[in-house]
Amino acid sequence: MVQLPWLLLLLPLATAALIHFALGGSGRLAAWTGTASAFGMLGLSVSLLVGATAEASPFVWLETGMFHPDLEQAITLSLKTDRLALSMMLVVTIVGALVHLFSLTYMAEDKARPRYYAGLSLFLFSMTGIVLAGNLFMMFIFWELVGLSSYLLIGHWFTKKSAAEASKKAFLTNRIGDFGFLVGILLIWGAFGTVDFNALERRVDLGNLPLTGGLLTAGILCLFAGAVGKSAQFPLHVWLPDAMEGPTPVSALIHAATMVAAGVYMLVRISFLIALDPTAAMTIAWIGGGTALLAALLATQQDDIKRVLAYSTLSQLGYMVMAVGLLASQAAYFHLFTHAFFKALLFLGAGAVIYCCHHEQNIWKMGGLAKRMPLTFATFAIGTACLIAVPYVTSGFYSKEAILDSAYAASRPLFWIAAFVALLTAFYMTRLVVVAFLGKARSQYARDAVEAPTPMAFALTCLTLLSIVGGFRFFAEAILPRGFYPTFDSPHHNFVMAVSIICLLAGVVASFLLYRGREKDPLHITPLRRGLYIDDLYTGLIRLFQDGAAAVAAAFDRHILNGFFLGGTAALTQAVGSVFRRMQPGSLHFYLVLAALGIMLLIWATSTV
Amino acid sequence: MPIVLILLVFLPLAAAALIGLRAPARATSLGTAIVMVFLVAALNHYFDRESPSMQFASSLTVMENPGIALAFGIDGMSLVMLLLSVLVLFAALWMIDPLADNARLQYAGSLLIAGGAIGAFASTDLFFFFAFHELALIPTFLLIGMCGRGSNARSAAWRITLYLGLGSLILLVGLLALHHALGQPGFSITELHARAMADPIAPETQSWIALLLIIGFGSLVSLVPLHSWAAPAYAAAPTPVAMLHAGVLKKFGLYGLLRVAVPMLPEGMREWAGLLLVLLLLNIIYMGLVTIACKRLDTMFGCSSVMHMGYLFLAVAALSLTGPDNTLAYRGAILLMFAHGVSIALLFALADRIESRTGTLEIARLSGLGRAMPSLGFLFGIAAFASIGLPGLANFAGELLVFLSGFHGFRPSEGLQPLQWATILAVWGVVISAVYMLRAYRTAFMGDPDASRRHDVLTTEEKLPLAALAGALVVVGFFPNLLLQYLPF
Repeated sequence: MVQLPWLLLLLPLATAALIHFALGGSGRLAAWTGTASAFGMLGLSVSLLVGATAEASPFVWLETGMFHPDLEQAITLSLKTDRLALSMMLVVTIVGALVHLFSLTYMAEDKARPRYYAGLSLFLFSMTGIVLAGNLFMMFIFWELVGLSSYLLIGHWFTKKSAAEASKKAFLTNRIGDFGFLVGILLIWGAFGTVDFNALERRVDLGNLPLTGGLLTAGILCLFAGAVGKSAQFPLHVWLPDAMEGPTPVSALIHAATMVAAGVYMLVRISFLIALDPTAAMTIAWIGGGTALLAALLATQQDDIKRVLAYSTLSQLGYMVMAVGLLASQAAYFHLFTHAFFKALLFLGAGAVIYCCHHEQNIWKMGGLAKRMPLTFATFAIGTACLIAVPYVTSGFYSKEAILDSAYAASRPLFWIAAFVALLTAFYMTRLVVVAFLGKARSQYARDAVEAPTPMAFALTCLTLLSIVGGFRFFAEAILPRGFYPTFDSPHHNFVMAVSIICLLAGVVASFLLYRGREKDPLHITPLRRGLYIDDLYTGLIRLFQDGAAAVAAAFDRHILNGFFLGGTAALTQAVGSVFRRMQPGSLHFYLVLAALGIMLLIWATSTV
Repeated sequence: MPIVLILLVFLPLAAAALIGLRAPARATSLGTAIVMVFLVAALNHYFDRESPSMQFASSLTVMENPGIALAFGIDGMSLVMLLLSVLVLFAALWMIDPLADNARLQYAGSLLIAGGAIGAFASTDLFFFFAFHELALIPTFLLIGMCGRGSNARSAAWRITLYLGLGSLILLVGLLALHHALGQPGFSITELHARAMADPIAPETQSWIALLLIIGFGSLVSLVPLHSWAAPAYAAAPTPVAMLHAGVLKKFGLYGLLRVAVPMLPEGMREWAGLLLVLLLLNIIYMGLVTIACKRLDTMFGCSSVMHMGYLFLAVAALSLTGPDNTLAYRGAILLMFAHGVSIALLFALADRIESRTGTLEIARLSGLGRAMPSLGFLFGIAAFASIGLPGLANFAGELLVFLSGFHGFRPSEGLQPLQWATILAVWGVVISAVYMLRAYRTAFMGDPDASRRHDVLTTEEKLPLAALAGALVVVGFFPNLLLQYLPF
């Protein structure tokens, strides 16, 4: 009997291999195979969610040979198919399938479609592995593999300089996070003797932890470093805006809805560990809150439609990370769930706009698109409404309220930061909509734009529906794990809601007044446009510390070490070998002399035994 | 059954002799390599995983007093090394251009190198263990000197001879001292080991012998600061020699540390473990930085191979500090020796193909190869990501086990010990490797191809050895147990 979770994991791998090795010559066939496989995965996730047998026996990947009873004897790939995993799978496969569908049109002209679809399938395989991982080893394995698929897809147009640089930057920045993640895994494994989620949780419930104090804080923060890389939190956030060099459907799937949320997903998985250490938890919360604020500020001054959305993704991920740090991981996960749909919607909407405007991405060269592309506009507007949390009718409202509620209860400073971020979000998203869709067309492409073709429109419509119902109790409670849907019954709930509605209105109204009918941006805040110079700072640091140190090391190696040892040994051999120099000089002779010496030594030594 | 093992050792030597006697070089050597693949397959098949002793054992006494015997036998560790040897030999021989002026020399020399390496891995006699390695070194030096590439071939050959010659000499002194200290009449490794267990050498004696062995074996494996020979030698070596030395023969030193030094000199090795931790971090961090500064692909691969030896020394240090029940270190080291051997051989082979197409290995002068030659880009990607330690490829499994071995017996209440600190710093190596590999990949393979060059795509014949090595990386990466199942611990 085929075990469905394994089928779900291996189907996309098989698809990727099939496309790469067999369908390399036919873009059409590759596209349809990939899409069919993605829809197959969607079917499998739905059937698992509604109750098909989710049992999956673990696969022994590597036997460690340990025979100590407290230690695991093998590194296994064991699939954890609880409600958390299955609901996440649903998100991944819905967005995955719709992105495939969208790509059928968006990428129709691309010459390297087989590589594109193989990459998407490889991504789905890696992402499924993260979601279903039953232990940290398995999660790390697939964690690295999503890094690879993200690298391949960001660099899809790798002959373009910016894309090549962006893919490299994404992989390397993530590697730094992964360094921390792996060290964290080593610490946890070394202390607990296991990294299996169930076993760890049982161990934590028993109390009397083997890891305490500063090392526990360090271990948790090291694991968190993995999430900082993958979910692009400060200070490793710099790769995500550049990752927009990838094709827009990829941005929707990987760099908005799913992969970047993997960091948050991992934190939710280990939330029982985070709860053990208040220092670590507070650090996480502040990094999340800080990222939310930083990214929202930067988003207000971006002109590229995708970069606005990328910074908003950063900011929303910051919300989620903050919630995890405030020990409200249910709220974080709920926001992850709703955000996935409306952010994918926004990105695909942006994709439709870019497609119809001949790859123009500057919002100041758009304008008036609402009339030319009414359906795209309507769906984009609904996505925006979700993101800025229009009360009651959008999913984003419910999940953001859950986060604000918990922030209010846990930390006032963070609550006010989060409220201000909500204001900024309303501000920059209104700016985006007003500039790109309203007013007059500001370029020929914008004047000639026509409505998105049917497959794109279909994907947009599906996501629009999900973005609305995603927050409603009847829908979300059927999918989310038990107890994850917020109750909204705290005494301060009305106050929190009042604050968030005021922020929303203030942001929208200010932005509308400022940007309506403008031909160019009335605000020009250079530091915000330059990402607060953080990129420049990193470039400088890399040049100074890495490349500088490398140059010093190389010079030292060449001139000092080499010179010293080689000079020393050469002098030695010259002294010893001057006798033999009259014979033909050359390496062989020298070697024979050594060998002869050695044999003499051998005979002498053994004869004295 | 012992005959299979004996054949495996002497077949390449005989084939080299035949080629010297004007037998058709390519046919003879490739035929030999294929037969050897089958011989190793037979060894795998008939290997008894339950048996703790040396298998396929045979012995021919050469000298009564002292008791030196031409003795062969393998356990799981040697079996994995034999597998590595024949795989790399096959690919290396295939890479030789039969029309080159010195093709005959290259075929015969490669067979000698592999024969020597296999002899060393299969020897159960300490004397022949050493002697077979020396046998392999001579053709290595000669081929670099006589068929070397570039203008520095002569000086590179001279340098590697000097370093490895002196290293071997120190090693020889150490091995003899070990033999002497154990007071055993014979040179059988098994008996020496039993003696060391039953009647351990005095700790002070262990200490200086261990130091000699660390220096001796260490210089063969390019332990910093004894590494200066490696990068210039690999850059100058003809491709099959670079593949065979970096991929196979260099592992002799590690194999020796695991086979001889660690089990027979536990006290001595523990005493020097602290020094080893410092040096291996130099291998990883310092050489990692040197690798970042490399401007040519072949030098970069040479330096990276020095760097990656640091992980293997970490396994040795972990074993020395935590004792033989740290099976993670053994398993990790063996897996990583195999993985590194295959991946570095593949990288050198790919460098050869790149040079044949573009006429240069200077990274800055390469561009857009991924567009011009997609399958070369794909294979290079596999090799590069394997060497970065990407899961799904063999190196990751080995590296993960080695890192875990550093945390074996970790007691949080006592805080982080030097071994754990060294492990954490060693993990930073995964970032450094990614930096230089992806930079090189970015420059050479991405961007637009140089329109002035002809980039013929790889032919099927060219792809075959490359694909064989890449396939091994994938298979072992997915199923590391395929190799680990032969290990008793």
